[in-house]
Amino acid sequence: MSTAVEEKKSAPAQPFIGKKERQLLSDPLDSNNPITVQVLGICSALAVTVQMKPAFFMTLGVIFVTMMSNLIISMMRNIIPGRVRIIVQLAVVSTFVILVDQVLKAYAYDVSKELSVFVGLIVTNCIVMGRLEAFAMGNKPFPSLLDGIGNGLGYGAILMVVAFIREILGSGSVFGFKVFDAIGINYIGNGVMVIPAGASIAIGLVIWAQRARNGMVESD
Amino acid sequence: MQRSNSYIFTFIVALTMTCAVLLSLTNEALKDKQAANVAFEKRQFILTTFMGAEAIGAMKPEEVNKVYDEKVKSSVVDFNGKVLDMQPDDLELVKEYKKPIEERLLPVYTITGSEGLEYVVLPTYGFGLWDNIWGYVALEKDMNTIKGIVFDHKGETPGLGARITTDEIQTRYEGKTIRDESGELVSVTMMKGENGGGEKSVSAFEGKPHKVDGMSGATLTGNGINDMLSDYFKAYNNYFKQQSVEKTASN
Repeated sequence: MSTAVEEKKSAPAQPFIGKKERQLLSDPLDSNNPITVQVLGICSALAVTVQMKPAFFMTLGVIFVTMMSNLIISMMRNIIPGRVRIIVQLAVVSTFVILVDQVLKAYAYDVSKELSVFVGLIVTNCIVMGRLEAFAMGNKPFPSLLDGIGNGLGYGAILMVVAFIREILGSGSVFGFKVFDAIGINYIGNGVMVIPAGASIAIGLVIWAQRARNGMVESD
Repeated sequence: MQRSNSYIFTFIVALTMTCAVLLSLTNEALKDKQAANVAFEKRQFILTTFMGAEAIGAMKPEEVNKVYDEKVKSSVVDFNGKVLDMQPDDLELVKEYKKPIEERLLPVYTITGSEGLEYVVLPTYGFGLWDNIWGYVALEKDMNTIKGIVFDHKGETPGLGARITTDEIQTRYEGKTIRDESGELVSVTMMKGENGGGEKSVSAFEGKPHKVDGMSGATLTGNGINDMLSDYFKAYNNYFKQQSVEKTASN
């Protein structure tokens, strides 16, 4: 976990970061977002966004997994036998996912219970495997690392936005802090936002807003 | 580039070994910490059954430990209700669950206040839809009325069966009784279908002491809960009887 945060901070300080590297980090946040543009990783985005705290830990977990597996696969890309590459990717991804799961169980037990199966299901998150196949298998380790962080952040950003919408409308709180109570408004939570249907609606709205802003249209 | 089969085999074996070593090291390093978390959670569960989830949620870990040490005493009984010379930590609930009901060793947690015995808390174990489920039931000293109940699970469906861990489902059991008027054990049954959730579900079953509202979309998990409860009430039945005999004797 802590490495994920460190890497994130130190990455922009590297002197050899050019326009291309910056794009690797920023594109997945907006114009090539894995959730809103590529519509990947929706299952977990629907499931873990009832509250912001689990969504935040899920974000950290996914950033760590995309970053590390992109790096490792890219380092091994020339020695991985082509016929079994998917299995190799899966093994690497699973290893990091189990690491995340174990660390959560030891240091953030309540969050790990809330996230339940969804930490394990990072293995099947299409974003992770998608980036390995599409990027890390054909690029050098450093760009792959950035691509991993970028996509993790892109996923996390949407997760946090959706979780914010759902928690404030559904429970009237932000990170568990009762906002409406604090300013003296008696707010009754909107039940739809707490159930998965609310997540569908919230993600739909986020996708709409983002695509409308960027003028993106699906080709027929 | 096509690689030879032996290269592929060597590569896969090496990769698997590396991953396995890495994961076992992590597991070994974090094992104690994880076990401590589970043990602490168990204390929280036991206290929650008779103090309520809200009170426990507001307490700091040290306070939970302090209250637990003050109030809760544990012992182990057998099927005949005889108190054995051991502690719940000496046995594994899962293993006992797999034994026939007459051979099980059963942990009992008693909560004593200023006026003697207040509640007994019984651990239960069972099987839900996908995997194991377990829970703690607090009974009043009449060994009949449910004070509170806590459920947990390993792999029930999030949003459906996993709802058994929520306060909403668990409060439905409060005040229900496990015996009919003649004193026969009948347990408490979760029904099929749901009457609107929340308060509506509680009020729909008011006056029905052996039934609680179901969980929409999770009938099979509900059946697992029902089997678990009736199974363990049966196992503890001799202990219950003995408790009531002791009480009448001391009166």
